[in-house]
Parts: sequence; C-alpha cells; structure tokens
Amino acid sequence: MNLDMMAMQAFTGLSIFTILTLMALGLAIVFGLMGVINMAHGELMAMGAYTTYFTSLFFAKFLPGLFGIYFLVGIVLAFFVTFAFGWILERGLIRFLYKRPLDTMLATWGLSLILQQLYRQFINAKEVEVTTVSWLKGAWQVTEGVSLPLSRLFIIGLAVVTAIAVYMFLYRTRWGLRIRAVTQNRPMAGAAGINTERVDAFTFALGCGLAGIAGSSFTMLASTGPTTGQAYIVDTFIVVVFGGVESLLGTIASAFMIGQMQSWFEYSMSGSMARASILLLVIVVLYFRPNGLFATKVRRA
Amino acid sequence: MASLILQVDGLTVSFDGFKAVDNLNFYVEQDELRCVIGPNGAGKTTLLDMICGKTKPTSGSIKFKNHQLTDMIEYQITRAGVGRKFQNPSVYEDLTVYENLDISWPKQRNVLGSLFFRRDRKMAEKVESVATQIFLQDQLRTKAGLLSHGQKQWLEIGMLLMQDPDLLLLDEPVAGMSAREREQTAELLNSISKGRSTVVIEHDMAFVKMIAHKVTVLHQGKLLAEGSMDQVQSDPRVVETYLGH
Amino acid sequence: MTTPATSTPATNIRSNLWGVGSYLLLALLLLVVFPLAMDVFRLGLAAKYMSLAFCAVGIVLVWGYGGILSLGQGVFFGLGSYFMAMFLKLEAAANADSSSGTALSAFFGTAGLPDFMAWNSVEVLPWWWEPFHHVSFTILAILIGPPLVAFILGYVNFRKRVGGVYFSIVTLALSAIMAIVIIGQQGYTGGVNGITDFKTFLGMDLDNERAKFVMYFITAGLLLLCVAAGAFILRSRLGRVLVAIRDREDRVRFSGYDPAMFKAFIFAVAAMFSAIGGAMFTIQVGLASPSLVGIVPSVEMVIYAAVGGRLSLIGAVYGALLVGWAKTFFSENFVEYWFYFIGVLFVVVVMFLPTGLAGLLDKVRTRMRRAEG
Repeated sequence: MNLDMMAMQAFTGLSIFTILTLMALGLAIVFGLMGVINMAHGELMAMGAYTTYFTSLFFAKFLPGLFGIYFLVGIVLAFFVTFAFGWILERGLIRFLYKRPLDTMLATWGLSLILQQLYRQFINAKEVEVTTVSWLKGAWQVTEGVSLPLSRLFIIGLAVVTAIAVYMFLYRTRWGLRIRAVTQNRPMAGAAGINTERVDAFTFALGCGLAGIAGSSFTMLASTGPTTGQAYIVDTFIVVVFGGVESLLGTIASAFMIGQMQSWFEYSMSGSMARASILLLVIVVLYFRPNGLFATKVRRA
Repeated sequence: MASLILQVDGLTVSFDGFKAVDNLNFYVEQDELRCVIGPNGAGKTTLLDMICGKTKPTSGSIKFKNHQLTDMIEYQITRAGVGRKFQNPSVYEDLTVYENLDISWPKQRNVLGSLFFRRDRKMAEKVESVATQIFLQDQLRTKAGLLSHGQKQWLEIGMLLMQDPDLLLLDEPVAGMSAREREQTAELLNSISKGRSTVVIEHDMAFVKMIAHKVTVLHQGKLLAEGSMDQVQSDPRVVETYLGH
Repeated sequence: MTTPATSTPATNIRSNLWGVGSYLLLALLLLVVFPLAMDVFRLGLAAKYMSLAFCAVGIVLVWGYGGILSLGQGVFFGLGSYFMAMFLKLEAAANADSSSGTALSAFFGTAGLPDFMAWNSVEVLPWWWEPFHHVSFTILAILIGPPLVAFILGYVNFRKRVGGVYFSIVTLALSAIMAIVIIGQQGYTGGVNGITDFKTFLGMDLDNERAKFVMYFITAGLLLLCVAAGAFILRSRLGRVLVAIRDREDRVRFSGYDPAMFKAFIFAVAAMFSAIGGAMFTIQVGLASPSLVGIVPSVEMVIYAAVGGRLSLIGAVYGALLVGWAKTFFSENFVEYWFYFIGVLFVVVVMFLPTGLAGLLDKVRTRMRRAEG
C-alpha cells in the first residue's frame, strides 16, 4: 500500500467518523447525562435525513435560484424538526420511564418500528437520494494520487463545528450548567430553583437534534431508506459505550477510532466482516475497561 | 492481651489523589465491641468498606484471622466470617422477612447448592429465634419493603445474625431511629456482640456510651485517639476536632 | 422438613394450587386442545410459535427474575437452529447421493456436500461441519454449546460488573455480529437464504403428516418441561437469590453469594431453552435463517415475555402464542400494519402493563379475593 492510498483510506475512515460522531454525541448526551437509552435514535437520524431531502425538493421546485444554499437550510431544519420531536417524545413517553432504563429501551424500540413503517408508508419504501449542491461537487486534489471529495470535507467540518458547539454549550453556558447540575444531583438542582423537568426535556431534545444533524450529513454520503437508522444504531451505541458514557471527548475519540478501524479493516476483508470484527473487538475491550476507554475514576458515595 | 481478630496495618486509599484513609493502623481484639467515631469525612465508612471488600485499598494490609482480606473479593470475605451492615438499611425489599433471613443462612451459597437447598428444622429454628431477637416475629410473611425504617435496620441486623459472623461491622445502626428504638437497638447490640467482635460506627455519643468497650477516633483519614470513652472525651485533640471549628 | 416457623398459611397453599392449576391448563391446551382443534397447517403454526416460546420462557428467567435484559436470545436460538439445520442438511445430502443424484454429484465432486455449498463453489465440507453427521453430537452441541457460550460471556461480563443497559448493548451487538457473520459467510452458512430444503430426520420423512404430529408433541413436551424446570429454579433458594440480586446486587455479595455466578447460570439456562426452541423450529419449519438471529427477532422475543408477563413462565408461553398468532394474522391480511401493531405493543405494555397479562390476572384475582372478604 502506498502513501496515497493510506491517505485515502484514512480519509474514508474520517467520513465514517463524522456520522458516528454526530450520532454518538446525541446519544452520549441522552445516555451519559440522563441514563436513557434511546433505541429510536437511528430513526431520528433518518428523520433528519428526510427533512434535508424534502428541503432539497422544496428548493428545487420553488426556489431553484437558491438551490445552492438548500443544504445549509436543510441542516438547520433537520435540527429543529428532530429537536421538536425529541421534546414531544420526552414529555409524552420518556419521562415516565426514568427509573426503568431497560423498559425505556423496549418502548423506544417500539417507537422505532412505528417510525420505520411511517417512513415506508408515507415517504418512500425505497431509498431516496438528494442532489449534491454544485459547490460541494468535485474534489480537492491534494496530490496527484489523493483527492478528497468536497462534500465529505464539508461534513467533517460540520461535525467538528457541532462538537465544539456542544462542548461550549454544555460547559460554558448557563443552560449547560443547569443540565449538568440536574444530571449530577437532581433534588439539589430542583431545590436551587432549576426547573428540572424542562431541563430534562431540553437535554433529550438536544440529543435528538444532534441525530437530526447527523441525518443531514448522512445524505451527503449515501441514500436514505426507512431502515437506514437501524443500521447505525448498534454502531452508535458501541461508540458511546466504548468511549465511556460520561465523557464527550471520549465519545469523539472512540468514534474516530472505530471509524478508522472500519475503514482499515475493510481494506483486508469484506465490509460486513469488518463490522463484525469491530463489534467483537469492542466487546473484548469492554471486558478490560468496563467503563469505557476514556472513563475517569470517580468516588461514588 | 487477648488475641487480635483484625489487624489493619498502614492502610491507605486515595481517590484521585485525595487520601480518604491515610496510613491507618487499627486493631480489634477477639470479642471486643469497638466504636469508631469522628467528624464527617473522617474515613469511617471507607474503613469499613475496605475491610469488607467494597473498596480496594491503595496500599496496606488487612488481616482477619488468617486471611489477607485485601486479596479477596466481597463474597469471599463474607464467607470468611465478616458481616457488614450498611448505613442506609439495605434489605431485599421484594422478599419477605422470612426469605431475607433464609437467604442469609450461611449454607449452600453456590449455584447448585442453592438450587437444591431445602429449609431444615435447624434453619427454621434459627429464623424463629432471630426474628424474636429483632422484634419481627409477627412480620415473617411481610415483604421487607413494607417495613418501617427502623424495622429495616433491625432486619438487616437480623440477617447478620443468621450469617453468624466472627466480625460484625455496623455502620450507624441507629440512624433514623426514634429514641425508644435506639434503646431497643442498644440492648440488641449488647446482646448480639457477645461472643463475637464488633466494630460500630456511630455519631450519637450517648449511644456510644451505652455500648462501647473502647473507642477509636478518626480524623481526616488518620487515627486521632483511642481508648475508653472517658479517655478520648478528655483528650484535648479530640475536643479540638469536635469543638474547635 | 419445613414445619414450625414455615407453616404455610392458606394464601400460600392457594397460590401453589393456582400455579399447578394453570400449568395443567397449559398442558391440556398444548397437548389436547390444539391437536384436536387445528388442522395440520394451523398446528404447524402453533408449533412455530411454541419454538419461540422457549426463548420467552428463558427471558422471564433472565429478565424478570435476574434483572438482565438480554437482547441476544436470537443468537442462542440461532445456534440451536443452525446446529440442527447442519445435521438435517448433511442427512439430506447423503440421501441425495445414495438415491438418484449420485452420478451428478460424483461428476461435480460434491458428494455428501450440502447443495448451497456446491452453488457457492465450496468443494470440501468445512471441518466444523463434519461432527454434525452424528445425531448424538448434534443434540449435545445444541444442549451444551449455547449455554456454554452464554455462561462464559455472562460470567466475564458480570464479574467485571458490566450490567444493566451495558449488558443489553453487548448482547445487542452480539445479535448483530451473528447475523452479519451468517450472511457474510454464504458458502458455509447458506448466507441470507439460510439453510433449507431438508428431507428427513433420522430417516423420518419430515413432510409426512405423522412426522409433523410427532414433532409437535415433542415440542410441546419439551416446552412444558422447560416451564417446569424454570418453576423449579424460581422456587428454590436460587430463585430468591436472583430476586435479591435484581433488587440489590451489591448487598448480595455481603450475604456471601457471588452474583456473577448466579447471573451467568440463569443466562446459560435461558440460552439452553432458546437453543432447544431453535432446534425444534428448524425441524418443524424446515428452515434456519439469519432473519431469526439478528437484532429485530431478538428484541421481538422480549415482547413475547413482556406481553405474557415478565414474571410468569406460563404467561410467557401465552405471550409467544398470542403475539405469534397476531403476526400471522397481520401478514395474512394487512402486512403493513404489523409494524404499527408490534411497535404500539412495545410502548403500551411497557407503559401500562409492565407485568403483562399475568400481572393483570393477578390483580383481578387479588381484587376478587378481597371481595370475598
């Protein structure tokens, strides 16, 4: 393998990494901060992807002159649609199940089946594809043998920006402080005058919104179908668990490692066997580091 | 000097650099009832946690009879004869009082043994007598989750009595009890500590006076004073710790 | 035996009677009513749901009592199913050679080779297929293999205190791995089509109506046996230790038990049940397929137990029969609504019926008894 090919392989790993990161960030917030496992997270990603798809249709039909910016609008819309859905979901279902994490898994699994069928029935049973905007077509010719597609570069950038924004939001704003206060000591935060119910809904919705952004980016890489989300959910869980649920940086690092592994393993075996090997590898690693690779030791009362 | 049942030497544990227990030596004699007191964060509970295996020490040695407890995990330590009562009453709430006591009977505690375990007369009699001792003889069929706070504390003591440990570790056994319950508990502790060694953590000085043979005072993970209740109460360092701030 | 202190009050006797009674009722239903009331086709469906009920019964033990939500029972079901399929396929291949196709398969050099291997240009039977020529090895593999895998996997994880949702995710990943590997290794596993087209089991023609009856009764008998074994486990001290672990795992260690061992044991028992179910499924439905081992079927098995009642072994059987029947009903009439149905079922059961139908029945009984005074 020469240097050019290695660079390309690493870059492919990076693109997988972006989707995993965006998906996993949302899940890490919901799981790590609230202890909720949302099995419908993948379907929320699909929801974001479909939102982007519909935005592109809308622009093509009504605002063809502005088609160049549809993708940006699509990202924002995807975030808000999934955010709103997440809010409703939290208020309508999740909040009744906080003390029963295993049951939450089952209920959200049921929800994911319903969403999939809704997509199948009312959107399209087949996969849909968006048209890439002109300014993201083409590639950046780094050297003669290495060319990096602009669309992939863009979503890598998007993932980086989103990750930084999430970090800043959680650790530098008042809202972030409230979220952390509630997740660390609920009764105390309540006593300090924080509306814990609203914080819960907001946190959950934020996680869902990130899944929406992930879906938006996903449309740049592949076509979207009703079961697109389900294909990603296990990998996303694995990323979060592998990274250590309480660490956002760990989540990103673990998404990076798994993305790279996927890309490199695929070089020597089929894609599906590469996935199976990675899952197995993570299970083995979890045996040695049950709290994830990047977990810190905390004294628990 | 009577023989030592528990020998703690140079025990240290640190959490992210914070030393909760720092180079502690602590000895308990056969059949002794020892009280451990100290302000919050003195390392009392952590000490018990390390003896019973809940927390792994960073360094040091804990010798119990002829076992090195630092090399063993919780259930092995329990089987070796250490019984632990936690600060918050922890009983099995979905089981009845009877079943709570039954589970604590120290026979057939492996998988196959417990699958084919049958209650025998000896156990039934023991359950009966323990239930009477802990004032729960009329509640045997009650789900433990339905008991009052004080009754749960007693049940947990009862579970330990079923276990019949050689060393009993009690963490605040009267916390959250009414004055009358406290008296009953003091009586109970006095009677059950006969014939075994007991370490009790307690905040309530009056209660300590009622039961203790000897008192150990911890402060910031270190041994501050040790001796009879009167001795430690007149120790200027102890007075300083408790009243000085 | 248990005399003075344990003298069981009337309520206990009554609940014993109730337990035995509902067990006999289930036996009556499976062994008498179904065979009399159903034609061969419907009976075949009932047998299919019953094979899945093995998993549901195991899930009651593991989830309801052990507090471990396994989303990987499909893996064990699949192992049982594929082990049996390998045996049946080899028998079919051997018979095909000895009767008519000899010349042809000898010509291609594929004598004794399962047809799908030949299609995938696998020319030599893989070494790990060899022992499945023997029925005794196959049965042992089904009974010992999956529980052993479960025990080891469970023990190493539980010992490291990987539990709760983490363990669920590990089992979920395992389901994914199993499905991916089976589909990816088409030449050795039949790939996405699975292994099918069996002819005989120990010379017995599987298409024969009598054979179907025999297999039905064997399945029903085994299922009742598993329910009884489960009840025996739950009524022993081990069952009480499991409940204790579910409620307060940390405390159990200080009662002198090793929770990891108990959890791994019950996980292994459930795996064995699932594997038996998988094997009986393959014999009766004539198929081992990756569509029954992946994530979707594994999670679906949990809903069988949840509908019947996660604390009731007998309820789990009814749950599997009911949900299975509903699935057939939907697929025969309006297949697109099946996903809505099962999706809503998950949500509704979790939200409003956490103890399932059995729990509902218990509530009614308690109320009636109160009314009696």
